[in-house]
Amino acid sequence: MNAPTIEYAELAPLITIFGAAVIGVLIEAFVPRQLRHPVQVGLALLALVAALVQVILLAGTDMVAAVGAVAVDGPALFLQGTILVLAIISVGLFAERRLEAGGDAFAPAASSLPGSEDERILVREQRLQTEVYPLMLFAVGGMLLFPAANDLLMLFIALEVMSLPLYLLCGMARRRRLLSQEAALKYFLLGAFSSAIFLFGMAFVYGYAGTLRFGEISEALTANIGQDGILLAGVGLMAVGLLFKVGAVPFHSWTPDVYQGAPTPVTAFMAACTKLAAFGALVRLFYVAFGGLRTDWQPMLWAVAIATMLVGAVVALTQTDIKRMLAYSSIAHAGFVLTAMVAADSTATAAILFYLATYGIATLGAFAVVTLVRDSGGEATHLAKWAGLGRRSPVLAATFALFLLAFAGIPLTSGFVGKLTVFTAAIDGGAAPLVVVGVIASAVAAFFYVRVIVLMFFSDPAPEGPTVAVPSLWTAVGITVGAAATLLLGIVPGPLLDLAQQASIFVR
Amino acid sequence: MTSTLSALATAVATEGGHGGGQAVAEATGVFDLTWLLIAFPLLGAAILLVGGRRTDKVGHLIGCAASIASFVMGLVLFFAMVGEPSDGRAFTVQLWEYVNAGGYSVDVSLLLDQLSISFVLLITGVGSLIHIYSIGYMEHDERRRRFFGYLNLFVAAMLLLVLASDYLVMFIGWEGVGLASYLLIGFWQHKDSASVAAKKAFVVNRVGDMGMVLAMASMIAVFGSTAFDVVFSSAEGASTGWLTVIGLFLLLGACGKSAQFPLQSWLLDAMEGPTPVSALIHAATMVTAGVYLIVRSAAIYDLAPDARTAVVVVGAITLLMGAIIGCAKDDIKKALAGSTMSQIGYMVLAAGLGPAGYAFAIFHLLTHGFFKANMFLGAGSVMHGMNDEVNMRRYGGLRILMPATFLTFAMGYLAIIGIPPFAGYFSKDKIIEAAFADNWITGLATLIGAGITAFYMTRLMLMTFFGNRRWKQSELPHESPPVMTGPLWVLGALSVVGGFGLLYLGAGIVDWLAPVTGEAHHDLPMPLWLLITITLATVVVGVAVAWAMFGRRAVREDVPAGNAITVAARNDLYGDAFNEAVFMRPGQYLTRSLVYFENRGVDGAVVGTATAVGGLSARMRRWQTGFVRSYAVTMLGGVAVVVLAMLLVRLP
Repeated sequence: MNAPTIEYAELAPLITIFGAAVIGVLIEAFVPRQLRHPVQVGLALLALVAALVQVILLAGTDMVAAVGAVAVDGPALFLQGTILVLAIISVGLFAERRLEAGGDAFAPAASSLPGSEDERILVREQRLQTEVYPLMLFAVGGMLLFPAANDLLMLFIALEVMSLPLYLLCGMARRRRLLSQEAALKYFLLGAFSSAIFLFGMAFVYGYAGTLRFGEISEALTANIGQDGILLAGVGLMAVGLLFKVGAVPFHSWTPDVYQGAPTPVTAFMAACTKLAAFGALVRLFYVAFGGLRTDWQPMLWAVAIATMLVGAVVALTQTDIKRMLAYSSIAHAGFVLTAMVAADSTATAAILFYLATYGIATLGAFAVVTLVRDSGGEATHLAKWAGLGRRSPVLAATFALFLLAFAGIPLTSGFVGKLTVFTAAIDGGAAPLVVVGVIASAVAAFFYVRVIVLMFFSDPAPEGPTVAVPSLWTAVGITVGAAATLLLGIVPGPLLDLAQQASIFVR
Repeated sequence: MTSTLSALATAVATEGGHGGGQAVAEATGVFDLTWLLIAFPLLGAAILLVGGRRTDKVGHLIGCAASIASFVMGLVLFFAMVGEPSDGRAFTVQLWEYVNAGGYSVDVSLLLDQLSISFVLLITGVGSLIHIYSIGYMEHDERRRRFFGYLNLFVAAMLLLVLASDYLVMFIGWEGVGLASYLLIGFWQHKDSASVAAKKAFVVNRVGDMGMVLAMASMIAVFGSTAFDVVFSSAEGASTGWLTVIGLFLLLGACGKSAQFPLQSWLLDAMEGPTPVSALIHAATMVTAGVYLIVRSAAIYDLAPDARTAVVVVGAITLLMGAIIGCAKDDIKKALAGSTMSQIGYMVLAAGLGPAGYAFAIFHLLTHGFFKANMFLGAGSVMHGMNDEVNMRRYGGLRILMPATFLTFAMGYLAIIGIPPFAGYFSKDKIIEAAFADNWITGLATLIGAGITAFYMTRLMLMTFFGNRRWKQSELPHESPPVMTGPLWVLGALSVVGGFGLLYLGAGIVDWLAPVTGEAHHDLPMPLWLLITITLATVVVGVAVAWAMFGRRAVREDVPAGNAITVAARNDLYGDAFNEAVFMRPGQYLTRSLVYFENRGVDGAVVGTATAVGGLSARMRRWQTGFVRSYAVTMLGGVAVVVLAMLLVRLP
């Protein structure tokens, strides 16, 4: 029996990240406490930048590596590159230490009882939680693998590697710890539930096709006649697992609670990167493995897309918490991406890639702004407290308004070009009615985005309103990059659109 | 579909034929630098707004320099264009591809032709004068740098609006001028009335913008593009129904921006802004964008007579409404604002007459830009000397104390009422001729409008500069500094010679614009001398009535009760009441019922679905409180739906 050949050069980004994550765990064990924070942050940044460089060097590769388990192709590399850029900014948000007196956004020890003497001692000692960095690297590794996974087993492993660290990270907020822990537990339980459904679906598909590889499944679709029930049920169940991760209705219910409860830097990271990775996996699975079944899954996706857009946009109207509002907004955006996905061709893939990149960067920026608006209880996330922010801090409010306008899809922001591309792709793919719903949902959504802008600029400031904390360079750089990218991609989207176009072909 | 249309487009384009069909060449040489026109003021705005307090000291100079640089560039381009043969004066400047999504692509490119260069010179020329004037007018305002930053931003956006060669790019400029207008109306944000007025302008303009958006959406549906060349050249292949729809949507857009009926109400309130803003944005340039839009879309309106009729009707209603409102206002700026509405009504009406009127609409737009900017700045000069008093019942006899302001204002006055040989005579007379040539009703509307114009302008003149002195302040009103009177003299001179010059200098404006707008000769129902005599007689009657009412008798300081028409005119002919009844109330009912529906209907639907799945109605309320178990049940329900949907598709 021959040992399989592994294409190490093509898998280098993954190996770098996972290797760095393992080293990060070792650092926790062996490096003195005072040094851990700088070392961990440095290591994480170094690994992410190195991986990004490797991804860029791999550009143009089109192959299946690791005995058919991992695809190294346009969509995978595009998403990996984007995830790495977003993760680099996220590390900056994680490492922000100026906002909380003597600490960062994370509890010194997540295991200590909230409000206990232990916790007080740790806070007084200004103890920092540095395990978040290796955890994050593991999550990033999973995210890089998820859209590249080319067989069912690898897909499931990537899903779990990505999710498990996120469950933990969600429970580590320094403030409002019970809410945070509740969010983590919810996310974990529902995530486990959806994983089980996903696994169940995988079993069905394997039972039908007799293989785990996407390419071979695709061939089996045309070869095996009969037993369609088991296949279709399998496809449906697998779809549920992935739709859960992207936050599509009716599998969205975790999103608002988790986005609200998690520490905001984690929410930012999760909202931006998980969505990218999960959509990457969803699109690859459905286009490559189940492409032959498109007439079967398109009606289901139609229904999910419509429900997602409408529920996301309508329910967001009544939210009073900024993080919950952004959570529902992310649900609506998942619906917009799904409209393009229904088209199932390379134009749609390109549109989705572009949309995800622009959405990810704007989301990261928006949540980063949320970390800065604070009162005595930590972040002031209630919308009423944001009244009149434009008078107190015009630059910050204008930046946030820019992100909101991008979410609303107003011209001259990246969001407009993104919406235009996904809707055009959907129309070309014969899904014009979906686009009509999409436009209606966008109009509803625009209402609550603009409402926040009106609140910030036209309302009188609340008497005991929040203050806007001055961040260190970490957060400032993140917000600036986000705003600049949002504006730049709105005015000159051509280069990135071209890149997405070139990267839109899946290897088979 | 698209390919057929574009093939058709090429076929039509080679034939040329109608207005807007002139050959457009790729820009070379100096024309390649057209983008500098926009770049200068944009850079100025960026320096002033981003630079912050560091640029406080030189802010006004940077602002003026940016505007003047753009004007000089405009002159260079103009003379270069004059040097070209008359059929080769249109150029496109390709900047970059904005989006290329499937079948729809947008290029950011500029279109420099006879029409756009006319606007460029008006915007940058009058704009530069107003920039200079503002140095004096805003001298004591500590936010003067910001003011100049906004002005520069406005100039840049307005230039983008008139230079764009695609409706979508134009729309960006359209929104840009709206933003600048909003910021400048509310510039004195400490005044509640100013921020309310800014909000009103913002909201009303959004209604107009919906028209623009719908027009563009229709264009994409019909032509697959929003680029001028594609839309205009394939217009002949489209159905008249669609063209009428597009024309009406564009008219709605024009009504919002140009304060035409029924979206006129914001303009009077917009006078809360600093006076140079009223002169530049709310008299000379931005409010004429609607006229530009209609004239630019000539190729569409030429083929949609119904839409053109709507344009004429809107123009006629507004020109009379504005004039009547102008008669009753005691606030000098509001009287002028009513007059602006009325004059733009003239232009819109002319534009609605088709090729017979396009050139005259632009002609009147240019002369109006001169004399109305002149009078607004004159009003600003009066206010400057009167401690910002705007009530004309507190003026009187100012001609001795403010000779420069008086003389220049008088030139604007004679121009607007249409006394030969002042500028307004030529331009307004042409519109009246064209209106009579079209039909009697529009002709009469323009004629009556001319009479009322003479009345309210004479009233304004008499109440401000003649009669008894009614001011209360202790010190004498004073003349403004030269930095303010200088621009007044230049604009005053243009009000005198602008009309004659534009009409007869070189080949004249009609021939100049003909390649863009097309040309049509009209036959008058009566001899020309008779019409001119009637028009002048109407004007004289208007002046005489005003003199009898306000010149012979002393002007009362308190406001007389007035008859029903006066009261209605004072209340802007109940424009706000109309809006409230027609737009606001139904809107409120709609939002209220939506909120109701959201509380009952949407939540109810969610709850209802949950009942079906969970069967535990008593726990429904808790579902929203975030129990994992209820979330899991929702998911399970979703799983059932998804799997069923997958399986059901295969069923026959």
